Amino acid sequence: MRRDIFQAIADPTRRAIVMLLAVQAMTPNAMAEHFETSRQAVSKHIRILVECDLVEQEQQGREIQYHLKVAKMREIEKWLEQFKVLMAKRFNQLDDVLTRLKERKK
Amino acid sequence: MNPENIFNFTMDKENLSVKVERSFDAPLDLVWSAWTEAELLDQWWAPKPWRAETKSMDFNEGGRWLYAMVGPQGERRWGLKAFTKIIPRKSFTYRSVFCDENGAVDPATTSSMWVNTFTESKGVTLVTNDIRCETLAHLEAQVKMGFKEGYIMCLDNLEELLALLTKKGQ
Repeated sequence: MRRDIFQAIADPTRRAIVMLLAVQAMTPNAMAEHFETSRQAVSKHIRILVECDLVEQEQQGREIQYHLKVAKMREIEKWLEQFKVLMAKRFNQLDDVLTRLKERKK
Repeated sequence: MNPENIFNFTMDKENLSVKVERSFDAPLDLVWSAWTEAELLDQWWAPKPWRAETKSMDFNEGGRWLYAMVGPQGERRWGLKAFTKIIPRKSFTYRSVFCDENGAVDPATTSSMWVNTFTESKGVTLVTNDIRCETLAHLEAQVKMGFKEGYIMCLDNLEELLALLTKKGQ
């Protein structure tokens, strides 16, 4: 199975986890309190987020805390920029088509 | 592009949606035709040097547009837009998905929903695309093509791209 940023946020529970971690680092227990699903299910999603390299764990005394790797989120912005360039190019071509149509109508 | 044209691009990561607004200096009738008639779509939908080639078009609710994006080496990527709702001259909605040349869709393929809305004011038409992805992976697939196109575009028109990137970096 692919493990990348897109897989990481493909699931609504994982997106919710990412939003929680964007605010602060959390323990798995604290995270599980925010969801109605079982702790096991939440743990599974956390594991996928770690495998996707979007989240990392840190030992804090006896507890494990999870952090969001914010730089990873920028990958999304990078390809959205590319999508924007694609749309811009497409629309500039549409401008030309419309100019031709307007001239034909005259 | 006319500098007076509106071009807004906003995203909502939480809802996996992208909203694009673009104004065109043409009456609504023409813009609507350009978005809904195969022979016109073929002229602009694919970013150069790619071109779009319609295999079949049935612009009706329940109908679909089956087309290929044809690359400079003749490579073909097939796409399908399945129209779910059409309000003539106002808006239309479709599901966009990659497919094979017969329009068969791999069940594992993800899709995006596009709601395209048209309004006219003083001869200028504003088009809004609300693009919602089942998963971001679908947009990613589109963008992977975009990367290739972006790269080719970069070779074609390096200056233009650099100017764009410079502006972004500010």
